Amino acid sequence: MAKIKLSEKKIQELKDVCKTFNNDKGELINVLHKAQSLFGYLPAELQEIIAKELNCSVAHVYGVVTFYSYFTMLPKGKHPVSICLGTACYVRGAEKVLEEFKRQLKIQVGETTPDGKFSLSCLRCVGACGLAPVVLVGEKVYGRVAPDGVADIIAEYNT
Amino acid sequence: MNMIKLIIDGKPIEVPSDTTILKAAKTVGIDIPTLCYFELKDMNIENRPGGCRICVVEVKGRRNLAPACNTMVAEGMEVYTHNIRVLNARRTVLELILSDHPAECLTCAKSGNCELQSMAQQLGVRELPYQGEQSKYRKDTSPAIIRDVDKCIMCRRCEMMCNDVQTVGALSAVNRGFMAVVAPAFEMNLEKSPCTYCGQCVSVCPTGALTEVDHSRNVINALADPAKTVIVQTAPAVRAALGEEFGLAPGTLVTGKMVAALRRLGFDYVFDTDFAADLTIMEEGTELLDRLTRYLKGDKDVKLPILTSCCPGWVNFFEHNFPEMRDIPSTAKSPQQMFGPIAKEYFAKKLGIDRKNMIVVSIMPCLAKKYECQRDEFKVDGDPDVNFSLSTRELAHLIKASNIDFNSLPADDFDNPLGESTGASVIFGTTGGVIEAACRTAYELYTGKKLQKVDFTELRGLENVRHATIDFDGLPINIGIAHGLGNARKLLEDIRDGKSQFHAIEIMACPGGCIGGGGQPFHHGDSSVIKQRAAALYREDAGKPIRKSHENPFIIELYKEFLGKPCGEKSHHLLHTHYFDKSAGVFVEE
Ligand code: SF4
Ligand code: SF4
Ligand code: SF4
Ligand code: FES
Ligand code: FES
Repeated sequence: MAKIKLSEKKIQELKDVCKTFNNDKGELINVLHKAQSLFGYLPAELQEIIAKELNCSVAHVYGVVTFYSYFTMLPKGKHPVSICLGTACYVRGAEKVLEEFKRQLKIQVGETTPDGKFSLSCLRCVGACGLAPVVLVGEKVYGRVAPDGVADIIAEYNT
Repeated sequence: MNMIKLIIDGKPIEVPSDTTILKAAKTVGIDIPTLCYFELKDMNIENRPGGCRICVVEVKGRRNLAPACNTMVAEGMEVYTHNIRVLNARRTVLELILSDHPAECLTCAKSGNCELQSMAQQLGVRELPYQGEQSKYRKDTSPAIIRDVDKCIMCRRCEMMCNDVQTVGALSAVNRGFMAVVAPAFEMNLEKSPCTYCGQCVSVCPTGALTEVDHSRNVINALADPAKTVIVQTAPAVRAALGEEFGLAPGTLVTGKMVAALRRLGFDYVFDTDFAADLTIMEEGTELLDRLTRYLKGDKDVKLPILTSCCPGWVNFFEHNFPEMRDIPSTAKSPQQMFGPIAKEYFAKKLGIDRKNMIVVSIMPCLAKKYECQRDEFKVDGDPDVNFSLSTRELAHLIKASNIDFNSLPADDFDNPLGESTGASVIFGTTGGVIEAACRTAYELYTGKKLQKVDFTELRGLENVRHATIDFDGLPINIGIAHGLGNARKLLEDIRDGKSQFHAIEIMACPGGCIGGGGQPFHHGDSSVIKQRAAALYREDAGKPIRKSHENPFIIELYKEFLGKPCGEKSHHLLHTHYFDKSAGVFVEE
């Protein structure tokens, strides 16, 4: 696991967050929410600090982080690309779209491009099945995406 | 407590209101099957996640079936534990669990002791109707424990043991759904976690997902090598439990048969870790007296209480969790590791052989000893003082695999000089025993008087944390005892906060002490098994002609001929050790 260095200031902010929740391990989920909004993601070092502050095991913190899908241990890109792999999207070729994103961005699912611009993730049904296959970039929804439309989407953010 | 009336399978019963359906049913002889549920009565250990649903029963008026282990009784309840709806549901639950379980019973280390296997037999499952994708995960091998989580059924007993009982927190359920496993933080290997190798997770795992690293093959090969002198030492707790593997009642002492079996296996010398336990008392007792005398003389730097150090699970625990206090425990090595150098530096020389041609095997109730004997500080030029440590269970397998009819063996005696032991060393195997043994010797050395009564019954029992004051001829000595690492943590926090009133504290990592060790025959949640093992050790002690370590004639001889005096220069070199700060997960030497 690659070590990242958290700045002293950020660490203090994190400890303050724990303190606002009285360093109560029962508040772990809330602490993690705050921490993720502060840092954008929850790297291992951060989880270690939270465990220490709340006096619970790191394994337990990691258990909670991996249980809820809205927590992430990877830094998101500036433009997070999410591809729906729900049944409707899947049937209409979402996987080919995903392959095309991987090929053009040269990253795997869960990774971020070296310039920090794009990250790639998959979703279950986002409730827009009529538009399948669906791709999200940040908040923006793209419907009926075909593999040959991928380049255009990327170009939109590459200016 | 108010009483509740209810009906289970037509039988009217009355139980206290905080009773589960499972326990209520037991009172009228109805044994509802369970899988994830686990309890060690009187030891405050219970796992009740209500997750597996094997124990479902029908409660009249409720739409869904209820898990009996996790549902409290209520006034007027009508419960059906084996109508057709319940039976079908229970079977489906089991079939679904089995559909994601590798069918490796033929070669699984847990076969014959697996609770999932017995459940499949009990419910008469003869084929597996659901076939689907099975979860696959890497195998993780640490120095003592193997995790094969493909066999995990997510009962979370290990998590309860590691977190609630031991407060180690090495394991947690991670991920969700099909991907869920029990794992250390960041799904690292166990070796990278704060695991103490106490083995308590192994001792409660219902399946083969957690097992010990098996060193029997290494031992068989050593025994077959004519160039090697192979000697064996057996820990006190082993003789009180080994018989269970051969159908004998828990608490049957099999010391003589065990020695006979080891001789038939081909060991050149059958020795006793108890001898080394007597040695431990000489060293640890002397250290206690030394610190005490200095303290009484007004020395402010002396560290009290002194903590016992004979349990490697406990040593791992404080190295990980309280490294700043690592100058408080005694520096005396564990009996296993005292035996090693005495065998290789003293006995080997007596035999006129090179230490590299001597193989020392230990039979232990313990999985932490597997790790302990691999520690670098217990090696000389790469040659370990103790080569292999086998669990009580591994020894039983070895005996069975060697055409030995254990139950018909005539009793045999240990060899000398490293086979003679006293009653004091025998009780090392149970919680409270080490400190009782230390008191017997320290009292006589300190007061110069003979003990009127060697039994310190006030130090015995199974309460989590115990304390007693022993009168050293006018000097009151406060003794603390904890078994289970969660209980140890409490005593340590008191010391850290300057609240401890004790002079000496005994700590054992495993609930009950080594008799409940991670390498013992599986007790399957029956705490009476552990109690009977303890009773057996106290029986063996009472029957010994010599019951104080300092009166062991071979110990006296060893000091005269070889070691000099307790805590002297040679002892210091061979029998004492130092501890490390492992809080960062890396070795940093002082
Ligand atoms: S051996 Fe002990 S410390 Fe290690 S994971 Fe198992 S219960 Fe936890
Ligand atoms: S490893 Fe064993 S004890 Fe732990 S959850 Fe899995 S089956 Fe249960
Ligand atoms: S209590 Fe005994 S069996 Fe358990 S870890 Fe300690 S020495 Fe090993
Ligand atoms: S399956 Fe993709 S939006 Fe529903
Ligand atoms: S035994 Fe009751 S839910 Fe598992």
